[in-house]
Amino acid sequence: MAANQSPLNASDSELRRFHFRVVLAGVGVVLALALLGTRFFYLQVVQHDYYTTRAEDNRISVVPIVPNRGVIVDRDGTVLARNYSAFTLEITPSKVDDLEATIDGLGQLIEVLPKDRRRFRKLLDESKNFESIPIRTRLSEEEVAKFAANRYLFPGVEVKARLFRQYPLGPIASHAIGYINRINKRDLEMIEESEQAANYKGTDHIGKTGIEQKYEFALHGETGYEQVEIDAGGRAIRSLSHTPPVQGSRLTLTLDIKLQEMAEKAFGDRRGALVAIEPATGGILAMVSNPSFDPNLFIDGIRSDDWDLLNNSPDRPMLNRALNGTYPPGSTFKPFMALAALETGKRTPGQTISDPGFFNFAGHQFRDDKKGGHGTVDMYKSIVQSCDTYYYMLANDMGIDAIARFMGQLGFGQKTGVDLEGESEGVLPSPEWKKRRFRRPEQQKWFAGETISIGIGQGYNSYTPIQLAQATATVANNGVMFRPHLVKYITDSRTGEQTMIEREPLRRLPWKPQHVETIKNAMIGVNTQGTGARAFAGAGYTSGGKTGTAQVFSLKGGDYKSSRLKEHLRDHALFIAFAPAEQPKIAVAVVVENGGFGAQSAAPIARMVFDYYLLGKLPQGAAKEDDVEED
Amino acid sequence: MLQQFLARLWSRLVAHVDVPLLLITLTIMAIGLTTVFSATYDDDNRLLAQTLNMAVGLIAMWAVAQLPPQKLMRFGVPLYVLGLLLLILVFFFGIKVNGARRWLSLGFTRVQPAELLKIAVPLMLACYFHKHEALLKFRHYVIACLLLLLPFALIAKQPDLGTAILVGAAGFYVIFFAGLSWWVIGGLLAVAAGATPFAWTMLHDYQRKRILTLIDPTTDPLGSGYHIIQSTIAIGSGGSFGKGWLAGTQTHLEFIPERHTDFILAVFSEERGLLGNGILLLLYLLLVGRGLMIAAKASTVFARVMAGSVSLSLFTYVFVNMGMVSGVLPVVGVPLPFMSYGGTALVTLSVGIGILMSIHSHRMLVRT
Repeated sequence: MAANQSPLNASDSELRRFHFRVVLAGVGVVLALALLGTRFFYLQVVQHDYYTTRAEDNRISVVPIVPNRGVIVDRDGTVLARNYSAFTLEITPSKVDDLEATIDGLGQLIEVLPKDRRRFRKLLDESKNFESIPIRTRLSEEEVAKFAANRYLFPGVEVKARLFRQYPLGPIASHAIGYINRINKRDLEMIEESEQAANYKGTDHIGKTGIEQKYEFALHGETGYEQVEIDAGGRAIRSLSHTPPVQGSRLTLTLDIKLQEMAEKAFGDRRGALVAIEPATGGILAMVSNPSFDPNLFIDGIRSDDWDLLNNSPDRPMLNRALNGTYPPGSTFKPFMALAALETGKRTPGQTISDPGFFNFAGHQFRDDKKGGHGTVDMYKSIVQSCDTYYYMLANDMGIDAIARFMGQLGFGQKTGVDLEGESEGVLPSPEWKKRRFRRPEQQKWFAGETISIGIGQGYNSYTPIQLAQATATVANNGVMFRPHLVKYITDSRTGEQTMIEREPLRRLPWKPQHVETIKNAMIGVNTQGTGARAFAGAGYTSGGKTGTAQVFSLKGGDYKSSRLKEHLRDHALFIAFAPAEQPKIAVAVVVENGGFGAQSAAPIARMVFDYYLLGKLPQGAAKEDDVEED
Repeated sequence: MLQQFLARLWSRLVAHVDVPLLLITLTIMAIGLTTVFSATYDDDNRLLAQTLNMAVGLIAMWAVAQLPPQKLMRFGVPLYVLGLLLLILVFFFGIKVNGARRWLSLGFTRVQPAELLKIAVPLMLACYFHKHEALLKFRHYVIACLLLLLPFALIAKQPDLGTAILVGAAGFYVIFFAGLSWWVIGGLLAVAAGATPFAWTMLHDYQRKRILTLIDPTTDPLGSGYHIIQSTIAIGSGGSFGKGWLAGTQTHLEFIPERHTDFILAVFSEERGLLGNGILLLLYLLLVGRGLMIAAKASTVFARVMAGSVSLSLFTYVFVNMGMVSGVLPVVGVPLPFMSYGGTALVTLSVGIGILMSIHSHRMLVRT
């Protein structure tokens, strides 16, 4: 065809060659386009499912919705821990090239204090890089507006509305309530182990101590999810599905927060602990560890200067003395020893001893702290006047094994199982304990002489205030023993269903009622005519108690002159008590560190607690210190 | 009377229009408009602007079709010289945008002279071969190669690899159709293969990166690999029949970069699937095939090599663009003919189609 029109200027061979090349080009074009077609087939048919998934992953983002943490209230409904919403300014470090420059830039817009920078840096060290980290918390409306207007200048920085935990009463009951703080590696492991990882997506705070820690999973609630369609810039376009979160359960504590507050005030600036228990339930009415701390400091990550202050203070405010302070019970051990004597048949109430003021054993003289002794002493008098000789002899007669067996049943030297983490065991001395405790064979042997001072609550004896309170409550409750607990019931936020904690007693100790009666009587005697009489003079109720002094510094002979000793070497003052005696509603153990005699500093605190709890009376003025000399 | 006038006017209007070329082009343009609409759903002005671009393109096409090839040939040398001068001006005075010196400021607007060379280079070379048709010697090919290499080098230097490839290809096709010996072609290919390692060192960093990310896009998923990853996801997730017009999630959630320009195929593939791609490939095949047929039927050397070059250039646009969007070729700035948004490429391509029309409609008249 083309050849027919063959112009003069193109030879046939040239034209043929051209046509050949055109055909060749055509074939090449077809092949190349077929290659593209194959590629499309591969992508759109063979790999279609894979790319569909990729596209869906691109566009759909599952955003966890963090549930509101459960509220904690005291037995009357007073709020102890709650949430409030506030704006924070947060930086996602992975999206920011120059953190310093960004923070400097933000600092020109809104106030960023050096402490904010320090906290940011600390959180940065602890966190994963893709998290957003607050540089400023609690922005004012004006600050939010200021930042919003300049947002485009700060990629990777955003304002977030977050819920913050707040403890409205500050340091009151902080050891019991505890606090929350940002999740760290250890917490993450714990979450993984408990198979709660899915529920903690999006959660960045967790209970670190106290109730907040122990009841973490109840307080946390169920995380909700929102499926959102996002664009390439990560902006949410629309919501595809929404599963609302379920708020964490509400915890109602056994604590009476007014009682707690009053008890803490009663301590003033003295170090010590107090545990008040409702004997009929084991519910803890007050748990004081003084000094305490403000849990609100911890919520956004504690500032390092605050932390240093709390951590390095010689008063150790972060130590929960009620659970982790271990003290020799001193004379507060005597009523339990007496009960053991009755139950084991080693003594009858009327059986008397003659007290010369000392007890000789194997060439060693154990002295009574009343020179010349108490004369003829029966069980009642031994408790009321706190006669040491009576108990030296009793311990010797009973033997260490019987003592350890009886005291073990009362919970001494064991964790009470209170609903808080990290409780100490204390030391219930026994030959077995010594074997476990010491390594060298000569140290492992139990000497009969060591039993003697166990009888008056000294020696290796070392118990936590909560153990002492539990034992006191058990005696007050005639041997029906409860596990002490802080949470009364848990209210499910969805169903409103209440789950009671610890309704059944731990065990019922088969004590003879008349034996318990004898001990209680003697303890009533302590508060009417004995070492506690001064503190409980004029109380509108009958109460039973026992004072105690725990030696911090052992004096080899010589007189104990407390005023001459340095304050921190003075003895610890102890007091246990229950009231009203006929039907005890409250049992208490008080320890005042370096408080000297129990009657002097510990008993008045118990009096104030009882007055308030039983009569609703607030203490008049400052705690009056008694100057009772004997113990 | 009026009817007669109108009839004459109509016949005058359509005299040099090649119906198959026009129909295919209009079909692709229509598909292009719907795709641009989807890709720029949030910006109404884009659709209107592209419609105007197309109108301008069609007018240019028609106008060029009216010019007989011998008139076209007169433009060969002046356009080439002008183009070259502008390229040299760009080299010295061009505006730098994103590290590349491609634009020349005219005060009120900016122009990209390299675009002109896409037509000027094949035109010039076709003229050159036409002039020496009877006594083509080896040196003519050498000179032709030099005429091609000069603008190619200047454009590649800007750097604008996409345009350089298109200009180089258009020029090469002319030389190829003019009858360059297979030995030389083979030799050139061998030299090219041997020079690859050196070429690698000559490439700009960003160009090297593009080639590397082609081999494994996941090495830089948020950087230069992002384009390829997102566009292949768009294509693959489109499946056999696509997600439906305006329903592409990759498109509408803005995962596809440059979605109304160079990557418009990803938008089309996502919403129209393999079926749509097949139809589009067929349309381009028909367009290129019609062009090659026109070349085969052409009566002069100029007409033959020019038509062949224009046709294969069109194919080159399609192949390079589709190859890059589907992840088999590196990312270079080459638009998809009559689909991608943008006036410059549209007019250039329309002029190309106009040249084909001119060559075809004037084939019987030419006797030089």
